[in-house]
Amino acid sequence: MYAQMIKSTGEGVKSLEDMDPDERAFQERINAGGKIEPKDWMPDGYRKTLIRQIGQHAHSEIVGQLPEGNWITRAPTLERKAILLAKVQDEAGHGLYLYCAAETLGVSRDQLTRDLLSGKMKYSSIFNYPTLTWADMGAVGWLVDGAAIMNQVPLQRTSYGPYARAMVRICKEESFHQRQGYDIMMKMAQGTEAQRKMAQDALNRFWYPSLMMFGPSDAESVHSAQSMAWKIKVNTNDELRQKFVDQTVPQAHYLGLTVPDDDLKFNEETGHWDFSQPDWNEFFDVLKGNGPCNVERLEARNKAWDDGRWVREGLLAHAAKKKATHLAAE
Amino acid sequence: MSSPETSPYKGTEAADHGPARHNEWPLWEIFIRGQHGLSHRHVGSLHAPDAEMAIKNARDVYTRRNEGVSIWAVEADNIAASSPEEKGSLYEPSNAKVYRHPTFFDIPEEVGAM
Amino acid sequence: MTDPLFEYLCRMGDNTLVLSHRVSEWCGVAPVLEEDIALANTALDLIGQTQLWLGLAGEIEGKGRDADTLAFRRDVWDFRNVLLAEQPNGDFGQTMMRQYLFDAWHLLQLKALKGSSNAQISAIAEKAVKEVTYHVERSGDTVIGLGDGTEESHQRMQKALDRLWPYVGELFVSDAVDQALSAKGIAPEPTSLREEYDTAVNAVLAEATLTRPDSDFAHQGGKTGVRHTEHLGHMLTEMQWLQRAYPDATW
Repeated sequence: MYAQMIKSTGEGVKSLEDMDPDERAFQERINAGGKIEPKDWMPDGYRKTLIRQIGQHAHSEIVGQLPEGNWITRAPTLERKAILLAKVQDEAGHGLYLYCAAETLGVSRDQLTRDLLSGKMKYSSIFNYPTLTWADMGAVGWLVDGAAIMNQVPLQRTSYGPYARAMVRICKEESFHQRQGYDIMMKMAQGTEAQRKMAQDALNRFWYPSLMMFGPSDAESVHSAQSMAWKIKVNTNDELRQKFVDQTVPQAHYLGLTVPDDDLKFNEETGHWDFSQPDWNEFFDVLKGNGPCNVERLEARNKAWDDGRWVREGLLAHAAKKKATHLAAE
Repeated sequence: MSSPETSPYKGTEAADHGPARHNEWPLWEIFIRGQHGLSHRHVGSLHAPDAEMAIKNARDVYTRRNEGVSIWAVEADNIAASSPEEKGSLYEPSNAKVYRHPTFFDIPEEVGAM
Repeated sequence: MTDPLFEYLCRMGDNTLVLSHRVSEWCGVAPVLEEDIALANTALDLIGQTQLWLGLAGEIEGKGRDADTLAFRRDVWDFRNVLLAEQPNGDFGQTMMRQYLFDAWHLLQLKALKGSSNAQISAIAEKAVKEVTYHVERSGDTVIGLGDGTEESHQRMQKALDRLWPYVGELFVSDAVDQALSAKGIAPEPTSLREEYDTAVNAVLAEATLTRPDSDFAHQGGKTGVRHTEHLGHMLTEMQWLQRAYPDATW
């Protein structure tokens, strides 16, 4: 989701019999619902896959600040401005928690940041789409956060302790994010003609990109199988996407908005909504860097990082001076 | 002093992830005591140039929802931690002392709450 | 002349409105995550204070304008914030210097207002003073850390101080509005806060190894609304755009 295309380093899932004793003990612990903690032995592939996954998740939170940050200075009321700012601030906090979780695996935040800024590490495709009207703040909260929550709730039970604990905190804090988005959508949908148009337009533009957030179908993927065996992925992409559609379609109807999918139909037999797949070519284009906002997002992050260098260095230099003075005084 | 590429916790194995950048702010572990008199609890980590800023950052990062009234910040490098190999000797002996837990004792229902 | 109390409440509310807007511009692009989060907290506190000050202003005026109407439907000449608050963010150093110079005054102002003869004002000040006590601690420490940091950070902070100092004097200029309120024990005489301000600011600047500019020349025109800088109009263009473009909508 926020970590869409994580390749695990394993070559398929080994059976318990094929594992060496360390690996077997590790896998049995996970099977029994145990948590892996930073100093525990872990297979190299587990560590590397987790660094990628948590790192990508953290990057998504940080880059995710930008499309919503785009509207903070144009929020239409003081209360909406405060809510949006608090929400985007939470995203920064969530990025921070996740970077800290990744750091327990032996990688530094600055290193992860450098890999984001150079384009070596990815972030969720969704944040490469522009926010063009105020209704997009509603759509992002309702759809994007809704999709994110769907993925994050099960991750509270993930096998890696620091990651699971970060997710617990994140889920607790995120509970208001989707609601504030839907609240904006309700106001727009019940508002003037222009506001209703804006709301529908936002849904049209964000529907398929939201479905892409879950990643392509993973039925065939060995990476997914390994990640699921390690319990760093809990549900398949398709399961989560279906769950999201089932939850979201009635919410769209309540708003009086039309989901932009002519083939959307409730299937009495399965009890689920049948829906059209997003254009996966577009998805891969966005991942490759050709989304509408890839360039701007990375430029913004690079600029913030470069502009901030003297601040980080300055405060560190001051801390070192203070320490030296204290030592001299002792 | 920098949050190390090699390890945020002493003795943690490093992942292979390229050279460290110098000039990183150190990592701090944050402990917060909440309103209800429970002891300080680990809530997470953050980066800060020094202890004073670590406490200020903790206030901004970890008490956004009224979570605490007292903050401790400890530089991650200064935390001594038990190693997983000792787990057995440290914790298992207490498993045998089940009588420390109230559920060990069967009290007849008619006795009432106890 | 308009009601001095209304005028005064607009000054308080416009200061926090305009400054919170500036600070919120940093969201997502601060030098480090911890600062990003801290700046957002400051902005959120100031937005909250704006709602209280402008809400009370609208109530006192009695023409049915609420805090949002005052924030989003007045033009530049109706704004009563000091010029310091509307100065552009510049680099992070300029933002933090502006914040500190404002916070140090804001705290003294609010402490005095806690003793206001107007119960609503003293209640707002009571709440705000707790928030601003932290603001000034944080911005002061940052000014010190960057002033006494590297050669580059020192130079940038000195430049920021030189750039902003001419906007400090306006905080302490007294006019008919101030005199009317101070006579009724509602608000302090601005000039009465200067000495304590200088003591606090001089101490921080000394620790930051920064040199206070010689000239105390003061640009004026913000708190009276007579002559704002060009920056305010651009800020309002952005801030008020939705409300102006869709005047019949509610949000």
